[in-house]
Amino acid sequence: MVRVVVNLPAAAKRGEIIEIKTLAAHPMETGFRSTQLGEPIPRDIISLFVCTYNGEEIFRAELHPAIAANPLIAFTTVASESGRIEFKWTGDNGYVATQSAAITVV
Amino acid sequence: MTTRREFLVLACGAFATPVEAQLDPNRAALRQAAFQEALRKVTGDAPVNRGRVKLDLPPLIDNGNAVPLSVAVESPMTPADHVKAIYVFTEKNPQPNIIGVHLGPRAGRAHIATRARIADTGTVIAIAQMSDGSFWSDSVPVVVTLSACLEEGLI
Repeated sequence: MVRVVVNLPAAAKRGEIIEIKTLAAHPMETGFRSTQLGEPIPRDIISLFVCTYNGEEIFRAELHPAIAANPLIAFTTVASESGRIEFKWTGDNGYVATQSAAITVV
Repeated sequence: MTTRREFLVLACGAFATPVEAQLDPNRAALRQAAFQEALRKVTGDAPVNRGRVKLDLPPLIDNGNAVPLSVAVESPMTPADHVKAIYVFTEKNPQPNIIGVHLGPRAGRAHIATRARIADTGTVIAIAQMSDGSFWSDSVPVVVTLSACLEEGLI
């Protein structure tokens, strides 16, 4: 099951810098661990996170196995216009998660 | 009847460790080389200046599995002068990269936060690439008590 959470203000003044916090429920298995029987556990991570604001990309992050489980990413953007902010996580084994949030700019 | 000499030979054979169970004696050197290679991949041959970047993470880490870290870069974040990318590396992990982010003037402020896994006591370094192509960095020495990546899976 894919679970993600994003946190950002629902309304902001034009030109204000808002903080966006995102969290995805994912084990971020590094590929460097092995089971108690000695078999290696294959890598299973989220490798890319992209955020778009009304269709235009504003932030992109490449994640590596050194990111902790349930990756938290916090960043900022300028509230320029009302619309939708969309988030997309992609990773190993066909993992895709999307989320979107509406923002009202006054 | 087994003689003392035969017994010793058999015993030595039984306790000899298989080759694959031994750690690579050059592991530290290999990781250092991978770390330098990862830095070079980002910066090319351009010089990396110190300053303008503030990497914030606790100097003493109890649990290396989830280390909160944040990077802030001094920049006006205008279309003419902004931070293009921020990369974070650690010296002692099996892979040196932690995260690479790409941002632009629409970020308003060059500030990111995440949580990392850090395997061992060493240096963590953040490198910011500016829109004019220059690189700025900050490094923090950290002490790790409980390392990430060592525990076995429960599968």
